[in-house]
Amino acid sequence: MEHAGHTNDAFAGTGVENCYQCGKCAAGCPMSEHMDIIPSRLLRLVQLGETGKAMRSNAIWYCVSCQTCTARCPQSVDCCGVMDVLRQKAVEEGVASPEQTRIVNFQRVFLDNIRRYGRLNELELTAQFKVEGFLHDRSVPLLMRDSLLAPRLLKRGKLHLQGEKVRDRGVVDRIFARCEPEKSGEAAS
Amino acid sequence: MTEFGYYPGCALHGTSNDYEKSLKTCLDALGVTLKEVDDWVCCGASAAHCLNHTLSVALPARNLGIAERDGHDEVVAPCPMCSMELIKARRALEADGELREKISEIVELPVTGKTEVLNAIQVFQRIGLDTIRAAVKRPLKRTRVACYYGCLLTRPPSDLQFDDFEQPHSMEEVVEALGAEAVEWNFATECCGAGMTLAREETVLELANKILTDASANRADCIVVACPMCQVNLDMKQSAVNKHFGVLHELPIYYLSDLVGLALGIDGKDLAIDRHFVVRASALMPPVEAE
Amino acid sequence: MARIGVFICWCGENIARTVDVEEASERVAKIPGVRCAVNYKYMCSDPGQAMVRDKIKSEKLTGLVVASCSPHMHMRTFRAAAKAAGLNPYMVEMANIREHCSWVHPNEETTTDKAVELIRLSVAKVIRNKPLEPIRVPLTKRALVIGAGVAGIQAALDIADSGHQVILVEREPSIGGKMAGLSETFPTLDCSQCILTPRMVEAGNHPNITLHTYSEVESVEGYVGNFSVVIRKKARSVDIDKCTGCLDCVTRCPTSTSLSEFDYGLDTRKAIYVPFPQAVPARPVIDRESCSYFLRGECRTCEKVCQAGAINFKDEDRTIIEEVGAIVVATGFKLYKVEKKQDVAKYKGYGEYGYGQYKDVLDGLQFERLVSASGPTNGKIQRPSDGAVPKNVVFIACVGSRDIAKGMSYCSKICCMYTAKHTMLYKHKVHEGQAHVFYMDIRAGGKNYDEFVRRAIEKDGAKYYRGRVSKITEVNGKLIVRGADTLAGVPVTIEADMVVLATAARPAEGTQDLAQMLKIGYDEFGFLSESHPKLRPVETNTAGVYICGACQSPKDIPESVAQASAAAGKVAILFAKPELTREPEVAKIDEQVCAACYACVRACPYRAIDKADILDRNGNLVKHTARVNASLCMGCGTCVAVCPSKSADLEGFSEQQIYEVVNNLV
Repeated sequence: MEHAGHTNDAFAGTGVENCYQCGKCAAGCPMSEHMDIIPSRLLRLVQLGETGKAMRSNAIWYCVSCQTCTARCPQSVDCCGVMDVLRQKAVEEGVASPEQTRIVNFQRVFLDNIRRYGRLNELELTAQFKVEGFLHDRSVPLLMRDSLLAPRLLKRGKLHLQGEKVRDRGVVDRIFARCEPEKSGEAAS
Repeated sequence: MTEFGYYPGCALHGTSNDYEKSLKTCLDALGVTLKEVDDWVCCGASAAHCLNHTLSVALPARNLGIAERDGHDEVVAPCPMCSMELIKARRALEADGELREKISEIVELPVTGKTEVLNAIQVFQRIGLDTIRAAVKRPLKRTRVACYYGCLLTRPPSDLQFDDFEQPHSMEEVVEALGAEAVEWNFATECCGAGMTLAREETVLELANKILTDASANRADCIVVACPMCQVNLDMKQSAVNKHFGVLHELPIYYLSDLVGLALGIDGKDLAIDRHFVVRASALMPPVEAE
Repeated sequence: MARIGVFICWCGENIARTVDVEEASERVAKIPGVRCAVNYKYMCSDPGQAMVRDKIKSEKLTGLVVASCSPHMHMRTFRAAAKAAGLNPYMVEMANIREHCSWVHPNEETTTDKAVELIRLSVAKVIRNKPLEPIRVPLTKRALVIGAGVAGIQAALDIADSGHQVILVEREPSIGGKMAGLSETFPTLDCSQCILTPRMVEAGNHPNITLHTYSEVESVEGYVGNFSVVIRKKARSVDIDKCTGCLDCVTRCPTSTSLSEFDYGLDTRKAIYVPFPQAVPARPVIDRESCSYFLRGECRTCEKVCQAGAINFKDEDRTIIEEVGAIVVATGFKLYKVEKKQDVAKYKGYGEYGYGQYKDVLDGLQFERLVSASGPTNGKIQRPSDGAVPKNVVFIACVGSRDIAKGMSYCSKICCMYTAKHTMLYKHKVHEGQAHVFYMDIRAGGKNYDEFVRRAIEKDGAKYYRGRVSKITEVNGKLIVRGADTLAGVPVTIEADMVVLATAARPAEGTQDLAQMLKIGYDEFGFLSESHPKLRPVETNTAGVYICGACQSPKDIPESVAQASAAAGKVAILFAKPELTREPEVAKIDEQVCAACYACVRACPYRAIDKADILDRNGNLVKHTARVNASLCMGCGTCVAVCPSKSADLEGFSEQQIYEVVNNLV
């Protein structure tokens, strides 16, 4: 096995070891018919330490995080959580495609945005996300997608060009700083 | 005059400001005011949840701390993503004394997690179905409503226990109190794909199409939601669904507060229904200028 | 002067690996009172016991300490050895140097030290042991069997055939249990009623069996050999001695609104009814909840048409008391319901399967009635909703079973087989139909069982999909079943006309109450606990109470019958003795010292202590005292603890013995 012995620490708390392959996750998943590997098989791959194969599947990118699998799992495996971890790992280990990487990076961009303003600045977020993506893979369709909606939103007073900010942005930044995972080595110095 | 703490979250102060207007107007008519949690911060949504566990507790906890400081025992978070994150943080804090101390330090406010977090449906439950029934001026007679919960209102059931996660019924009860007819249908808790930004466009359209199709098949006149993301997804994307699948859905997507407000006799514009994309002339509200 | 022999067992390597048995022998030999100390590889073996017997004789031993495993395991063995060598068996003590020492400590010097200490304590105790004689207890050679399904009937017949009286109690108006309602049985497909009803009739007619149907056990007092049982005979409103079973009353009864219990709600029945034509006794009962006379005071049609004058509207519940020596519990099972409302909070319903509100979603027992020739459709398979013959039927295994999220972790064992049977029966009746089965594993261990399942798949064409079903929805009269096949790795959606859920088997209603009444154990799901999972499978921890059938765990007919015969055999063994003996390690009260405060009478959890009077020769009262009924006393020692005058003591565990043990410890 390519990843035999691979540590599954990242999956701690998901209960993936309890999966007994009943397939209820795959049965209820709204996206499973599009997936190359159904959710139950992804869980099995994780159990076997073959996370590499799981990370390369398209399935983890079809997942819409609707929690149906987790809610109905007879063994209370957090299947949805396993999907999260697989996506993160796929990005960290560089097996995700540029577009997939960008999807995960959206969350980073989102948090950066929150750290700056305390609240979401939708326009800036979208712009940043798209420009970053464009610079990354020159995807014009991505850049254009939804932009046609912008005027319609504006017309309805749903898009604010000036985003909201919290007053006490200092505390937001300090909260973020305190929540940053301690890096080994740095802690000692 | 009843007062609840109010956590709008980014959506209700952004693209879903129609939801805020609807909810506030409607509750105002029922004698309930929403007092915004002072200087609230974003709950972190799924991003914090996926990337940084401590942050996913700390951001909601900051808001819970402010609520506690300002004496809000109950805080309404109409966006299910926000309420889920607030509830998760609350439960974690309640269960773990060490975490309480650590998080209180991080967020610079003592926070115990005692604040009750309510979604929009629960607010109507608190007001009471009898009170609502008595306040109805324009019963929504002969209106068939498909109550759509989506995923985040009831899942994960371990954290969110306000209603049955497989067969929720709380919105139906409100809708029926308004004189409307709640239809039985099969997609009340199927995901629309909007909850997560991960979903690709085709996915979202496919899921939305299934929901709209089943609602139509069960002769619903409209769909009612309590989630800004579901509303945007089913409403704004409906024309895209029609184009992509060659279908002709024309289902207005109302917030629960829209329907309550209309039944109370409030003008649709005051409920910001005119900001919706799909507006079908019906008994519900006078026709508004279509696009 | 005490002459104690110490026998140290190696238990193969179990003890000898961490305890230096040679050194221990040398050290304990020096304890005052110890005459000899030997060790051997297996003290419980024949040569080991011979060594014990020889030493008793050659060294003229007055007491033994066997240092080995738990007394639970081998006390009987060594007491028997002592007895064989002429030593009173109660002069034996065991030092548990395995569970309490060698198994839980590493191979270090201190482990041997601890073994020596444990032996020293036992020596201190045994020196103060007194010879005891077993207590003799009278024995009532009549048995009570609770529950008259196939297991209870079998147990009752076997006990009755061995020549003993049996009281057979059944809650329902007829005996027969679940099996009476089954269609055909796996793996032979013989008709369930055809094989059961002769047994039912036999039980009904057996000279040694007294049948109490429509009756429940209300309370149980006493102990092995001497139980006193109160049975409530519910008001049947029909005098079954007068009734001739003509059933004119049933035919003429105008009320037929109640759902038939026997058909699991798939059909209705009259207010006066016989559960099914082959019922034993074949006598009707009036359901007072639906009878218009009981509801509104009018009608009395049954009374008018009854030639025998058997209708008795004034009938009332009666209680009778039966004295028995042994009790067999055979209360069987019920099916878990997928409904939202559950009787036990930890169980959850299946909202994803519609919480039982779709008409064409049935459970396994309902499907049995649907394919049964005596069923509501005379064996024609039709949808309850519209009477249509279903062309696609989905069978779902493990509904509730093996589903921790719903509260049940266990396998219900019978479902794989009956589901395979259902697909066959369906195919035999609806040739153009297609059976689909969603399963997780096929558990078909048993004679001709796996062959049976293969036949369902290979010959009768049932489609098996390895996966659970996540959701059932109803669209235009079709049931949309969303499952998966994990073997192919694909989701599977089937538009079904009918769905049959193989729901988990649970203990019958009221099993836990009965268990508490009988002081027998039950597991977290309410199934009754056997005394030992391998070696005492039909015994319970209460002497004289036996269990068989599905009340112990889900099981099929052959297993239930085998267990029933086993329980009957145990009763026959008990009844083969002229009287009972029991261990003499019971409380004793020094009646001369007793101050008659009766603290012990109040404290005794077994009600084994009575107030008594000591009289002189002329019958004059000398003093009051408390007195122990040795046949009731369980030797718990509560009386010893509460007695302010120190007149209560426990034989074999006397204050003096315990004091010596503690004294040697500190």
